[in-house]
This record gives sequence, structure tokens and C-alpha cells, in this order.
Amino acid sequence: MGTTVMENAVKNGIEGIVAECGGAMLCATCHVYVDPAFVDKLDPIGEEQDEMLGATAAERKPNSRLSCQIRMKPDLAGLIVRMPDRQY
Amino acid sequence: MQPGVVIVGGGQAGLEAAAGLRTQGYDGTVTLICEEPHAPYQRPPLSKEFLTGKQEIDRVFLRALAYYEKQRIDLILDQRVTEINPGAKLVHLSGGGTVPYAQLILAVGARNRMLPAPGAENVLYLRSLDEAVTLKQRLAEARHGVAVIGGGFIGLEAAAAARMAGKPVTVIEAAPRLMSRAVPPVLSDFFLDLHRAHGSEVLLNTVAVEVRPDSVLLENGRRIAADLVVAGIGVIPNVELAQTAGLGVNDGIMVDEYMRTIDPAIFAIGDCADHPNVFAGGRARIESVQNAVDQAKCVARVIMGRPEPYRDVPWFWTDQFDVRFQMAGLSGAHDQFVLRGSIEARKFSVFYFKQGRLLAVDSVNRPGDHVTARKMLAAGTPLTTEQASDETVDLKRLAAAG
Repeated sequence: MGTTVMENAVKNGIEGIVAECGGAMLCATCHVYVDPAFVDKLDPIGEEQDEMLGATAAERKPNSRLSCQIRMKPDLAGLIVRMPDRQY
Repeated sequence: MQPGVVIVGGGQAGLEAAAGLRTQGYDGTVTLICEEPHAPYQRPPLSKEFLTGKQEIDRVFLRALAYYEKQRIDLILDQRVTEINPGAKLVHLSGGGTVPYAQLILAVGARNRMLPAPGAENVLYLRSLDEAVTLKQRLAEARHGVAVIGGGFIGLEAAAAARMAGKPVTVIEAAPRLMSRAVPPVLSDFFLDLHRAHGSEVLLNTVAVEVRPDSVLLENGRRIAADLVVAGIGVIPNVELAQTAGLGVNDGIMVDEYMRTIDPAIFAIGDCADHPNVFAGGRARIESVQNAVDQAKCVARVIMGRPEPYRDVPWFWTDQFDVRFQMAGLSGAHDQFVLRGSIEARKFSVFYFKQGRLLAVDSVNRPGDHVTARKMLAAGTPLTTEQASDETVDLKRLAAAG
């Protein structure tokens, strides 16, 4: 089991990802925009994430994801994500 | 070195206060004193993902150890504060040392209420990391049955984990319904059905009078076979340190809407703080991640000279079997509620109103409703009972319009 992008960011104090629920997929404050080069390598968006992405503070784009749902795996090495301008 | 901020308590409130100070640019020393031998960790997964085996224990820590060094947060582990000396502005540690402070934040939390019955040494509790590790181990070993005393959130999460592990489970609740402090009967009934449908025996109006190594004896004389007994019967706020220091104490440590105690240099946040809460319509003490995190941010702003009163929307969640239950606002004072969605399909929300004003929303497997409700409650968005119960009304659009 790999760790998630959200965990790696929060545990190392990278600002811009809030994740106030700790990764339980219920706050939509770990929203990121995934670099287009990596979007196809991500797991499909589940129903619950889809509903939560509809509630993000910043605009939802096709490459929007909750970073608590991006689990690191070998083909995501070098992954680039961008922070939205706000999480609330 | 100049005394800085000392935080007593390494739970989520304490950690978030330390992190919040650094995020907001605080440059003085920050000392975080933790009673446990562990760096700060998340409690919610202990009774959820960790207990059900979905998550390893090393994932529960809130920050990497390198973070504390980089952010110059001095972690003192495995030591208790035994006394506060408000006159000299210092705290005494169980290891014998003292730490001076300019500001002191009490994030001392709460402790398990112990079962007042003979045989209590046979009972496990679930609050700390160590307790969770022990419980998980004992759960794996349990053969004859698991008895859960207390049908609140912790008890029911433990009961669900035990059932999911295939153990025979009995829930023993003294009140006439489950989770009675937090939810109205409609949801108590839903969770009763849920646990019974998964094969647990749920006994209401039932009191355990003795715990033996192989069973629990009930007041009505019945014996429940169980080689593992877990109690989740509430917590007691840790007020003694504040009390001895002469700070005001009621249900918890008394603070104002800026988390200040009667001593201008001492604050209290999180599970231990008895605070004015606009959503409660009075003073409240709330045991939740939201309350811990938002009060930590509030106190960091106050110390940085940018005070804003604590007005955040309370929210909470629990996972039991395949049900995710989320609460926004505080429903206690409602005089009316309406349903959105289907109880049978296990996808619904209950919208609570008081005198026509939205008070709270409880959601079962409807995370979108929950997030939208939080926005509406924060902004005071007007909502009618008709709109709430009408699935053709787009709540997200209403929330976005404010």
C-alpha cells in the first residue's frame, strides 16, 4: 500500500493542501490539479470523489482530484500536481 | 532564549496549534508537550480504518518527525505537565524539569470514562494509539464473542469492526436508543437496524453489572459470553491541571470565544474546552476533529494579534460497515426535520430546522449533501423545508448563491 499525495504533503508541511479530515474523503480541502501528462495514469474517479469534487472551493477542472485519493505507485514517479488558489 | 508558546497535549488540537502558529508566521519558540511516547497522531482512524485493517498504524501520524525539526517545534514526549505556575509563567514536567512560557495553550483533551462495575480490569477501551493496537490484537484472538458496552460512536465503530472480522458481537446500551446524545430517534433506529442486519445482537435499556474473563453479567441476570469486552461509555475532560491553577472550570476548562481562560496568558482548546458556541446556542464542549482543528487555528490567530471569534460550523463523521455518516451543525434544538433521499437505499440526509431556520444536517452516504450543508450553515443560506426535501432542488446552486 503506497501513501497518498495528500499524506506526503501534509506530513511534510507543504502548504496549500489542507486536508482537514485527514484523508477520509469528507472535506474536499486537499483539491489539486494533476498535470495532464499524468491524468491517464490515475485510477478512475469514484462516485464519492466525484460528489466531493463538486464541492471544492476552487473551480473544478477535468484534471481536478482529491489528493487523498491519489495513491503513489511506480508509474506516478515524477508526478506533478498544482494547488488551486484556495481550499475553503 | 525568550519564553514562547508552550502547548500542553499532543493530540490533534495541540499539533494544529503548533502548526498553525508556524503557518501564520510565529517566530518564537514552540514547545509541544505530549504525555504519550508517540508523536501526535490522528484518533479517528484508530476506531475505523486501523481497526478494520484498511490502514497500517504508521499512517496515523499527523506529521513526519522531520517536520518538527524543520518547523522548530520542540516535541517533548512521554512527559506530563504536573503543575502550572501562572505567577512565574512556567509549567512543571513529570520528569522534573520546568518550561517557561509567554503563552500557554491547554490542549489536554479528555480521558475514557471507566466502567463502574466489578471486573473492570477485563475491559478494554479505545482512545489512544496503544489502546487501539491492543484492541486490534485482542480482536484477532477473540473466539467466543465480543461484547461492546456503550452504543455511542466509539462503541458502534468497534462493534462494526468486530462483526466485519466475523466475530459474534453483542452491543449493550443502557439508554433506550443508540447514539442518543448525538442523534434523534430516526437515526438511532437506522443504526439499530444496520447493526442487527449485520448480525450483531443489540440490547437497549440494558446495564452490565459485572465483567468476567469469559462473559458479561447483565442486570437482568443474563450472561453474555465474551472473551473480549470493550467499553465506549464517554469521556471525562481533563480539567484538573487548570483547576489547580485557579482557572475557571465547568464542564471543561472555561474559555471565551477567543479560547482565552481568565488568565490572559493561558488558553484552552479542543475536547477540554468549555466554550461559547453559536451553533449550540450557548456554551458547549465538543469532542471532534473539527473542533480541535478550528479552535487551534483560532488560538494561533489570537496569539498572532489577529483575533477572530470562534464561529466554525461543527462537523463530525463515523464509518460503520458500509455506511458513512456525516453530521454538520448541531441538531439538538430542532423543532422540525425533513428527509431527503431514501432510508431503504441507505442514502439520505436529515435536515433539521428550528423556527424555520436550518440548524443541522445529518447525512448517510450522501457526502455532497454534507459539504453543501456546511457551506449553507457557515453562510446562513436561507433554506426552506420544502427545498430541503425536494430532490429536484439543486442545493449546491443554492449554497453557491449564498
